[in-house]
Amino acid sequence: MEIGLTHYLIVSAILFAMGIFAIITRKNAILVLMGLELILNAANLNFIAFARYGGLNVNGEIAALFVIIIAAAESAVALSIILNIYQNYHHVNVDEVETLKD
Amino acid sequence: MNLEAVIFYLFALIIVASGGLVVLSKNIMHAAFALMFTLFGLAGFYAMLLSDFLAVSQIMIYVGGILVLIIFGVMLTSKITGVELKTGPIGKVNYLFGAAISVIIACGLSLLFTNSKWIEKPVDKIPDSSINAIGYSLLTEYILVFEVAAVLLLIALIGAALIAHKDQIIDSDASSNEISTNNDIKIKE
Repeated sequence: MEIGLTHYLIVSAILFAMGIFAIITRKNAILVLMGLELILNAANLNFIAFARYGGLNVNGEIAALFVIIIAAAESAVALSIILNIYQNYHHVNVDEVETLKD
Repeated sequence: MNLEAVIFYLFALIIVASGGLVVLSKNIMHAAFALMFTLFGLAGFYAMLLSDFLAVSQIMIYVGGILVLIIFGVMLTSKITGVELKTGPIGKVNYLFGAAISVIIACGLSLLFTNSKWIEKPVDKIPDSSINAIGYSLLTEYILVFEVAAVLLLIALIGAALIAHKDQIIDSDASSNEISTNNDIKIKE
């Protein structure tokens, strides 16, 4: 069977579901962040698959490029927030962080 | 099975297996390194989908930037020598709930993707490189978005530096030796 659009879309669906699983079940904030990266990458894979097979052409690639840029900004800010949480609580478990200041 | 299919399934196996390791591994460091293999596999997919520039950007930005940042985060927020590096799920119920949700999402999306009638317009002539086209449309059609993204990155840089630095007491007359300890807020109070 020829490799087509649907194959890539199914891989991205699996990646998306794994990211959701990480976000729901993981306790450590950094692993939640990794789940987020998986989800963003699944979206990126969709964009590029449609750029190749769905007629989006260069527009799809540019959308994926901006997703990468925003992911970089987001992970920098999120990690600095996590470092701040660690300074105040000495752990980064998202289910035990309950107050905004100590 | 032709060569393209073989390479596709190889990359798909790498992505799904190491993605599963990211999600299920108890050790955060192992999860971070598994994430690296997922990102490399995705870069391979991008190259197979004829977007060479995106494949290189993926490796440079994700593997060279974001992943290093994540590993820094892991090292700064864990006690490396202790058992603190381990992490666990929030609870058994939550684990089952999350597994059910993600299986439902995966099956639903796969069914949707296989049953939809996509309008398929494959790229007919394969260009040498997509960099030309990306450069032209970044500086013509998407120039505003490009500038806004630059400003966004600047804001994120400043904001991250501002959030992450330790709370220094601005009152300059306090002696600096006490302040540099961890509990500067308590000292202030």
